[in-house]
Amino acid sequence: MSSATSQKKNQSIRETRIMTANYAAAEAVKLCDVQVISAYPITPQSPVVEKLMEFIEQGEIDVEFVTVESEHSAITVCISASAVGARVFTASCANGLALMHEQLHWAAGSRLPIVMAIPNRAVAAPWNILNDQQDSISQRDTGWIQIYCRNSQEVLDSIIQAYKLAEDVMIPVMVCYDGYVLSHTLMPVEVPTAEEVKSFLPDYVPHTILDPDDPKNINPVTLADPRVNAEGVLCHGYFEIRYLLQEAHMRAIESVAKIGTEYGRLSGREYGILDHYRDEDADLLMVSMGSLASEAMDAVDRLRDEGMKVGIIHVRLYRPFPAEVVARAVQKTGCRGIAVIEKNVSYGYEGALCSDLKAALFDYDVPVFAHSYIAGLGGRDVKSSELYDALKKSCAYCDRPRDKQRKDQEWLNCRI
Amino acid sequence: MGTKECGHITASSSPAVGEAGRTGDWRVQHPEFNYSVCTPAKSNTPSCFRCWTFCPDAVISKTIPPKVNLEYCKGCGICSEVCPTGAITMVTEET
Repeated sequence: MSSATSQKKNQSIRETRIMTANYAAAEAVKLCDVQVISAYPITPQSPVVEKLMEFIEQGEIDVEFVTVESEHSAITVCISASAVGARVFTASCANGLALMHEQLHWAAGSRLPIVMAIPNRAVAAPWNILNDQQDSISQRDTGWIQIYCRNSQEVLDSIIQAYKLAEDVMIPVMVCYDGYVLSHTLMPVEVPTAEEVKSFLPDYVPHTILDPDDPKNINPVTLADPRVNAEGVLCHGYFEIRYLLQEAHMRAIESVAKIGTEYGRLSGREYGILDHYRDEDADLLMVSMGSLASEAMDAVDRLRDEGMKVGIIHVRLYRPFPAEVVARAVQKTGCRGIAVIEKNVSYGYEGALCSDLKAALFDYDVPVFAHSYIAGLGGRDVKSSELYDALKKSCAYCDRPRDKQRKDQEWLNCRI
Repeated sequence: MGTKECGHITASSSPAVGEAGRTGDWRVQHPEFNYSVCTPAKSNTPSCFRCWTFCPDAVISKTIPPKVNLEYCKGCGICSEVCPTGAITMVTEET
């Protein structure tokens, strides 16, 4: 009884606690009235699920946890539960996430607002359990929204916002954070109260529900062209349904900003599409996703101390890609060039973020160079001094004529 | 008029005849009955109905005589295969 009382008391005041990003993810799920969880353990995701199991065991949350034999089944359970109207959660990464691939398309095509935490990890071969972002980048085109976080606080806040976003635009959301670097690192995190989250996050209202009293066949064979159904209504073909997903993605960019502002009013921590660090008057920008963007702050400070105008833009929302927002933000700084440093590579070309960024700059006529740096694959340590060296190297291209600013892609600290 | 007015954002269907579309369009052959050898027709009793039992699209009626709904019959020919008296012949559609 006394523990129940103190537990209730804890929920009515905001607390700042020391926790890993994995536990921050679990805390967020606890606050979001999630009804069904299904997940399969994989390093470094396991502590998310272990913590949630602990909450269930202690009666702190009323959740149906479905144990399964693989990640493919875990996401399938989430799809089914979401289709009958439950708010659901799962977490995975690396090869486990890759095993979900087919079902990720099903989740997005079914427009189910599933939220998944991804502590980013390298994908085999060879086996490696450490951090890079190749796993979630490889799922880029499945139709899920992707949000990247820089610290544990952002993980907790982003998962709460992810439910609101997913249920607003009816698109599943991946909340990605670097494995170990964030997933296993203790940081202070302010946890909002259950009442605050409840006031922010309305109940989930499904768009189509599987109900025995009103039987439906969800996702029947849908050929290319529209057709008239048995009630005489002209229904979408596959093409129209896919167009609607794309349209909702483009609408989601605005939703992310709106929900981030609203969350700011609730918590005092406002979120946007991008995060900025000392970029107002920068000559060179570093653009990145995840923990690299926070780690690089030291390198940027050092360069600033030495008189080089360098700043950071963190791309928080990667899919949908906020092309106009990024291009305008780059333009606003008046910078001459960009170093994109990222923990993934689209094999045979360059870092995925670099390609997307360059396309946006071209489309909005922002004529600055963008250099592609690949860093930290398979957990290769990325030191502040290496980021400093890379940024300094790209800085040297700022004064060159436009046709001499191109630079070959570079793999940071590759000792081959 | 476009499809947006249907109000759906995904594909779904309710159980109804023809919900999957006019599958009769897929057919290249259709079954023809020779009622002079068809067991229920010949004996005028509800009997046999193997064509009705085995039809995967449920387009053969359990009537005397059995009849095929050609709106939805895909022309698979299973009825013809299972008929014990050879009363059903698959005939190529005229194009």
